[in-house]
Amino acid sequence: MYAIVAGGGKVGSNVARSLLSMGHEVTLIEQRPYRFEQLQDEFEHQVLLGDATELHVLERAGIARPPELVLGVTGDDEDNLIICQIASEGYKVPKVIARVNDPRNQEHFDLLGISQTVCATSNVLGLVEHEVPEHGIVHLLELRKENLEIVELQIDKDSPAAGKRVAGLKLPDGTRLVAVVRNGRSELAEDATVLRPGDQVLAVLEPGKEDELRKVLFKR
Amino acid sequence: MKLVVIGCGRVGSAVARDLAEDGWDVTAVDEQEEALARLGSRWSGGFVVGHGMDAQILRKAGVPDADAVVVSTDGDNTNLVIGQVVEKRYAVPCVVVRVLDPARADFYAARGLRTICPTQTAISALGAAVRKATPAVEQS
Repeated sequence: MYAIVAGGGKVGSNVARSLLSMGHEVTLIEQRPYRFEQLQDEFEHQVLLGDATELHVLERAGIARPPELVLGVTGDDEDNLIICQIASEGYKVPKVIARVNDPRNQEHFDLLGISQTVCATSNVLGLVEHEVPEHGIVHLLELRKENLEIVELQIDKDSPAAGKRVAGLKLPDGTRLVAVVRNGRSELAEDATVLRPGDQVLAVLEPGKEDELRKVLFKR
Repeated sequence: MKLVVIGCGRVGSAVARDLAEDGWDVTAVDEQEEALARLGSRWSGGFVVGHGMDAQILRKAGVPDADAVVVSTDGDNTNLVIGQVVEKRYAVPCVVVRVLDPARADFYAARGLRTICPTQTAISALGAAVRKATPAVEQS
């Protein structure tokens, strides 16, 4: 496989190293001269000095072949978005992945059609939420391409769903309860399953349905 | 008619003043509060301090019901992203984006974005000025 990695910081250089060790062909692009020099010691001719949002730099890196994979992993969200747009829309690169540095910019990537994104901050936040009791909805997994997400939520004693059967809940369209974890054991959420305070419930839903689901299960 | 100018530097502020004089209701957005001074002491339009990538700032500036938006910060990629977001999310009928790099300006213009490239304008004007002021060169 041929991959272009735009951005030679910690993320980019480590990904490039891994891809190379797996036997793939890689060009790493870095625009800061001092960082480029450091990278050159290790990556030699496989690292290129330049701004990866400039078409001629991408062309020198072989964007027109096109590569199977382009990664926009610089420290600048606008740059990452533009790199991925140019690669996928201009050069028909089949797979592009963007790094989102500021989670508030995630909505822009979604809106502009860059569906494969990675945001370290959001991932860390997700883990923190998981550790905080009395949490609301915790995101476990986002399947952007499939337009689905899996979340976990806890039924507390004030929940309007406590004591009710799953079949008796007026769940919003596009949401479904999958499993109930009780006393450390999980079982599939059947129509006849009765929810109790303290239950951890796994639900699968379409993105954007959270608030509706929250209303049914938390009344807020 | 309502206009929002994002990026109130030399270019943005001049566009804001120019169209305000035509009678547009103009709001300028800039990260730096000092940019307000560029609009002149008699500025009666709006001014919002913040980054154009911030959806809250865009709403505060009135982008959702603007008739036109000019994006002219000092970053090409920032302008391209903000321009597309404004067009797609808020369906503003006229979005004009400044892009200094001619290659990127062309690339996005081909995709339907209204890009203005001052660099390309300068290239054309400089060449034309030389041609106009000198006898025609014989084609070899």
